[in-house]
Amino acid sequence: MTGHTISRNRYFLIFAALIVLLVLTIFMAYVDLGPFNVIVAITIAIIKATLVILYFMHVRYSSRVTWVFVSAGFFWLLIMFTLTMSDIATRFTF
Amino acid sequence: MDNEQLTHETRSFVAHQFDDLEQQKEAGTLGMWAFLATEILFFGGMFMAYLVYRFSYPQVFAAASQYMDVVLGGVNTGVLLVSSLTMALAVHAAQEGNRKQIITFLIITMIFGAIFLVIKGVEYHHKFVEHLVPGYNFQYEGAEPGKSEIYFILYFVMTGFHALHLIIGIVVLTVIAIMTARGRFTKEYYTPVEISGLYWHFIDIVWIFLYPLLYLIHVHK
Amino acid sequence: MSTSGSENHTNYLNDGYGVKSWLLTTDHKRIAILYMISITLFFMIGGFFALVIRLTLLSPNGTLVSADTYNKMFTMHGVTMIFFFLIPSIPAVLGNFLVPMMIGARDLAFPKLNLLSWYIYVLGGIFTLSAMVLGGVDTGWTFYTPLSSGYSHTNVVPTVIGVFIVGFSSILTGLNFIVTIHKMRAPGLTWFRLPLFIWAHYATSVIQVLGTPVIAVTLALVGFERITGVGIFDPNIGGDPILFQHLFWFYSHPAVYIMVLPSMGIVSEVVTCFSQRKLFGYRQMAFASMAIAVFGFLVWGHHMFVSGQSVYAGMAFSALSFLVAIPSAVKVFNWTATLYKGTIRFNTPMLYAFGFIGLFTIGGLTGIVLATLPVDVHVHDTYFVIAHFHYIMVGGAVMGYMAGLHFWWPKITGKLYPEGLAKFSALTLFVGFNLTFFPQFILGYLGMPRRYHIYPPEFQVLNVLSTAGASILGLGYIIPFFYFMWSLRKGKVAGNNPWNAKGLEWLTTSPPPTFNFDKTPVVTEEAYAYPEEDLVGG
Repeated sequence: MTGHTISRNRYFLIFAALIVLLVLTIFMAYVDLGPFNVIVAITIAIIKATLVILYFMHVRYSSRVTWVFVSAGFFWLLIMFTLTMSDIATRFTF
Repeated sequence: MDNEQLTHETRSFVAHQFDDLEQQKEAGTLGMWAFLATEILFFGGMFMAYLVYRFSYPQVFAAASQYMDVVLGGVNTGVLLVSSLTMALAVHAAQEGNRKQIITFLIITMIFGAIFLVIKGVEYHHKFVEHLVPGYNFQYEGAEPGKSEIYFILYFVMTGFHALHLIIGIVVLTVIAIMTARGRFTKEYYTPVEISGLYWHFIDIVWIFLYPLLYLIHVHK
Repeated sequence: MSTSGSENHTNYLNDGYGVKSWLLTTDHKRIAILYMISITLFFMIGGFFALVIRLTLLSPNGTLVSADTYNKMFTMHGVTMIFFFLIPSIPAVLGNFLVPMMIGARDLAFPKLNLLSWYIYVLGGIFTLSAMVLGGVDTGWTFYTPLSSGYSHTNVVPTVIGVFIVGFSSILTGLNFIVTIHKMRAPGLTWFRLPLFIWAHYATSVIQVLGTPVIAVTLALVGFERITGVGIFDPNIGGDPILFQHLFWFYSHPAVYIMVLPSMGIVSEVVTCFSQRKLFGYRQMAFASMAIAVFGFLVWGHHMFVSGQSVYAGMAFSALSFLVAIPSAVKVFNWTATLYKGTIRFNTPMLYAFGFIGLFTIGGLTGIVLATLPVDVHVHDTYFVIAHFHYIMVGGAVMGYMAGLHFWWPKITGKLYPEGLAKFSALTLFVGFNLTFFPQFILGYLGMPRRYHIYPPEFQVLNVLSTAGASILGLGYIIPFFYFMWSLRKGKVAGNNPWNAKGLEWLTTSPPPTFNFDKTPVVTEEAYAYPEEDLVGG
């Protein structure tokens, strides 16, 4: 579980990908995509976060319990977002 | 397995409540992950508020975000990404049992963390000069000053809590560096290095979301 | 002391006597005792506020205290009882003591963190107590904005800081339990051999870890708003006070399950032991605990039906709320089924467990009434709600705590409490409780709103009944306090397993040695492996 070592080059590769994505997200922000700007921005952020979680934080090589814990955090976040927005988005007099 | 020798060597690392080193390592890692799940929900509450207000006042947020410094924010994102890389390398060094390298990478990580804080401070100073600090000197020229103030409150609270976590992270890494120098970690046992790394990466992840959500709302015109 | 025979073995109690050996201990059993003393203190403080409330409501004109003072009384009653008594009660006292023992471990995974959590609790307590001493707080325990963030002139900030701080003690306890249960089980103790007390604490810990941070950050935002005078919940600048309620109830509804799930765990232990039966439907019970923990997060909007929440969201929340009834009913059904053909002994813990099952059922069923959107519009913010949640929190959670306290008292102290007196006080408590809170269902149904110090004269009879019940209830708490104290000196020596119960904690000596077991136990059987007798068709 914790014993698995990732080669140093892999870290540099992931880092390069993160920087590329950072540049991409800034670049895309300057392109007018209408409502899609925010979707692109969030998607890139999620990809970046996933890379950090999987490789820098070694989750890819971790036990199933770790996967469950990581997913639980985000799943509960999703519950909060979904149910709260179910109110905000249908409250027409807001 | 050369267990006999190992046990002798590592006995001093095993706390009384654990049977062996493996159990202690797994417990430490799992504990940090449970804590990070807490942290996700802690920042999640603020992201929830952000989502509600951005959904309700999209134009106001777009206008107010014009006051953000995209360049400084972008540089800071890069700074944190570098610090995450060096943190990962510190853990890598720990896996190899290279004490000197651990300390070097930890120090680089902390330096980059500090650079982030300095840049953040510069940004805060700009907001202060531009009278954009809610509850202190807020004077907003654009439309909808009230709703814009909500944007700035969220900006300060979210980046503020993020910066607070970064400061705690630097303190933690300092302790870890000292422990490393005192020879508390070996190739077999470096869990504290590893889990403080997890914490550091988490701080990075929060910023990965904060940057596009706060800075890049409406830079195209 | 007179009984020297059993005093000879070293145990966690005689392993050091100095103040330092207690205040710097990392032994989970000693920390449990520290918690027990502190939550009892807060229970007394909260009980005092309850007393003032009930005395005020003796007369319809509110002669005892002014409206302002009354507001402070019910606020501080709620804050103290919920954040400083109920939430830490079972997990931090009995859970702390028993989780490692039940899984055959020497201690929790992080003993120092455990001690830290107690200090954090004390620090949070000091903030809240100082808020009370400085003149109290009057926002209701719910801290609704904009009252709390702007209009209240009382000590909101120190109270909010106190609750913020104590939240972290709760998180650390939960985190510790999760890791301990995952990683430190004795050899052979698989997940489906765990006692349900452990499952219940695992489910509770999940809520503590995933829910508490949200209220922490929410209260931080309220504190920010109060200090700076401007904040995101401020309607003057376009803020949404209902967002506060969402964030607040995202934690505070599941918090009810933090209180009641551990009680359910205790009832499972007690019911099996005192009927000497295997638990009916073990796996269902384990999954039901987890289901309650998850479903509990899907239903918070039922507190907000009349708050300005969208009606569509209201409908969704109403429908989702019924989900919680399913695992809860499974539990009640299975406890009852466990009793079937059992050799039932009516010892005090069993009486409390029966009390729990009955009162929790009433509390749960009235919960369904309240979750029904159109009915809630009628009884919202009335005494019906008060009665409902006291049936869950006092009838459920506190009854469970009392059951557990009596059940494990011999293990914790090595002494037996006086059985006859204990049975009498259990009965007193049950009668007093029902007399206090049942009239409140009727009051609420008739339309008496909560949080007022005056009421129309026609409600007086029921209110007097309620206050009379409260004094009996108070007696039911005072008697155990004294006989527990008495038993420490004069109680009969308990022996290792006075109830003939199953479970690892009964294998070791009473009181247990510092590291719980002389030798790590190996588990070879399921939980509650009581000898089965003639089952029909079995």
